[in-house]
Amino acid sequence: MLYLKLAWRNIWRNKRRTLITMASVVMAVLLSSVMSSMQQGQYDQMIENTVGSFTGHLQVQHPDYFEESTLDNSLQVNQELLNTLNDHPKIKSVIPRIDSYALSAGDERSKAAMVIGVDVDSEKQLSEPDQKIVEGEYFGSNAANGALIAQGLGEFLNVGVGDTLVLLGQGFRGMSAAAAYPVMGIMKFGLPDMNKNMVYLPMELSRDFYAVDDRVTSLVILLHDPEEVETVVRELKAELGEEYAVLGWQTLVPELVQAIEADRGSGLILLLILYMIVGFGIFGTILMMTAERKFELGVMIAIGTARMRMAIMLILEMIFITFMGTALGMLFSLPVMYYFNFNPLRFSGEAAMAIEEYGMEPYVQFSTDPAILIQQGTIILIITLIIGLYPLLHMRKLKPVEAMRH
Amino acid sequence: MSIIKVRDIKKVYNKDQVPVHALNGVDLDINEGEFTAIVGPSGSGKTTLLNVIGGLDEPTEGKVYIHDTDMFSLKERELIDFRLHHIGFVFQAYNLIPVLTAKENIAFILQMQGRPQKECNQRSMELLKMVGLEDKIDKRPSELSGGQQQRVAVARALSSKPDFVLADEPTANLDSASTANLLDMMLRLNEEENITFIFSTHDQRVVDRARRIVTLVDGRVDSDEERISNNEQVPNSRKN
Repeated sequence: MLYLKLAWRNIWRNKRRTLITMASVVMAVLLSSVMSSMQQGQYDQMIENTVGSFTGHLQVQHPDYFEESTLDNSLQVNQELLNTLNDHPKIKSVIPRIDSYALSAGDERSKAAMVIGVDVDSEKQLSEPDQKIVEGEYFGSNAANGALIAQGLGEFLNVGVGDTLVLLGQGFRGMSAAAAYPVMGIMKFGLPDMNKNMVYLPMELSRDFYAVDDRVTSLVILLHDPEEVETVVRELKAELGEEYAVLGWQTLVPELVQAIEADRGSGLILLLILYMIVGFGIFGTILMMTAERKFELGVMIAIGTARMRMAIMLILEMIFITFMGTALGMLFSLPVMYYFNFNPLRFSGEAAMAIEEYGMEPYVQFSTDPAILIQQGTIILIITLIIGLYPLLHMRKLKPVEAMRH
Repeated sequence: MSIIKVRDIKKVYNKDQVPVHALNGVDLDINEGEFTAIVGPSGSGKTTLLNVIGGLDEPTEGKVYIHDTDMFSLKERELIDFRLHHIGFVFQAYNLIPVLTAKENIAFILQMQGRPQKECNQRSMELLKMVGLEDKIDKRPSELSGGQQQRVAVARALSSKPDFVLADEPTANLDSASTANLLDMMLRLNEEENITFIFSTHDQRVVDRARRIVTLVDGRVDSDEERISNNEQVPNSRKN
């Protein structure tokens, strides 16, 4: 209690010094939290762009489809499989897909396109094609007789709503796939790559086109909690056996994981530089604080205060300052993170183009994950406490006579 | 009975790589209940001698015994503990803990010794009364005059009932009235409580009231005079 009292009163003895030290900690927590929030926001966006709106959290496929993505390795869907998936408590929805490629053509031009067969209703939960319609209308049913094309592709082929789109490709087991469909609607995708390549067909029509009967290339699964991908993959693998491949999004889009890891690495370097700058700032203040109190510490040793007891007092002082600084830093970070979550940073011009090159939409929505605050707060707390060891080391060598001569 | 025995103490400092002989073989015995002034010109080694007796500065050669304990044979931690229990310190600049009140400053030493809170409170109140500051218990050092701060410092030095009190120039920063008050109080404590005081001083008013005067010159005891009462010298005073 005596040390708590001493430490608390000591930190308010020189208010300015304490406030400067605390401000350093606040700035450190604020900067590192906001930076991490931006970074995490970017990753969430990258994942959402790819996983949440196209790949799904996981997929069930034919065991050979991932290695060789052809219609020959498509999957025969049976009711038992669908029941197993639909009954799993962590699975939100199961969305069938037929993914393949075909040559698309208008009157004058042609282009390779990704032609996917979608379940008209359940696809709305995944890639939300109904929300992307900028012209025309979404499919009425799986039996609808028409196609939706991406805006960029439509412009390239000079094909609009009501025009005919010709598709030419290869179906199941080498069968030729050729058909002409009226364009029912134009979709606008945020991702430039998708905007230049996508053609959607309703499930029945795509089965006819590819001649796959009741087969699909994958069953795309969305989970209630995206954090549970690994658990569900493990559980489904155990339940379904080797007849099916169960793949998490990290396996399905490894390039996304690599891109995030690479960016995280460079972000970490930036954070380390920030920690160093802030660390030196805090160290300078602590150095000043220790030098100012050399005489007083010398007196305390002279009158019989054990060094360990003085160490406890100094550590408590640092803990008080750091805790208050960290708490304030976290408090100040929250509104910044929320502001940029509701008002994402939008890029324009060359910056926007550069971001689009990476297949991302040109804005950054900050993450509001509380784990960021806790993580950054803890790191700054640890850094400050490590720097706070300096007065202890200094005090160990302190000779009372020399200190009092100071 | 000698409570302090100083034997052939030498202390050499290195100042800018030049050896400075602060003490050149000092021998001194201090008996219980003495009121001793260490005097001498600047640089004669007064403060160094007090620091060595107080275990704050290790001598280059020689021994200091406190009640037959060879002080510098103790480990650093034991030495700090020894100071806490056996020696009271009064410094020229008072050196109270600025964030503690007068009462808390006195209780601090007792709390360090692990005494119960009740005893700490009782003893600190007793001492504040003894030094005439019972109405200043909750005042912090910055709210007290120099003389009052030094009286709190004396009370703090006495709190653990030490074997002796070392005071380095205790009146150097005080005006005449405060000096007289402090001396009256120290002499009263010496007479009534048999507390041993050893202090260094330049102040003739302090020297005049000392019972024993040890004069240092160039790090050696030049003279050692005892008085029966103030201003009265013992006929066979020790002369080194």
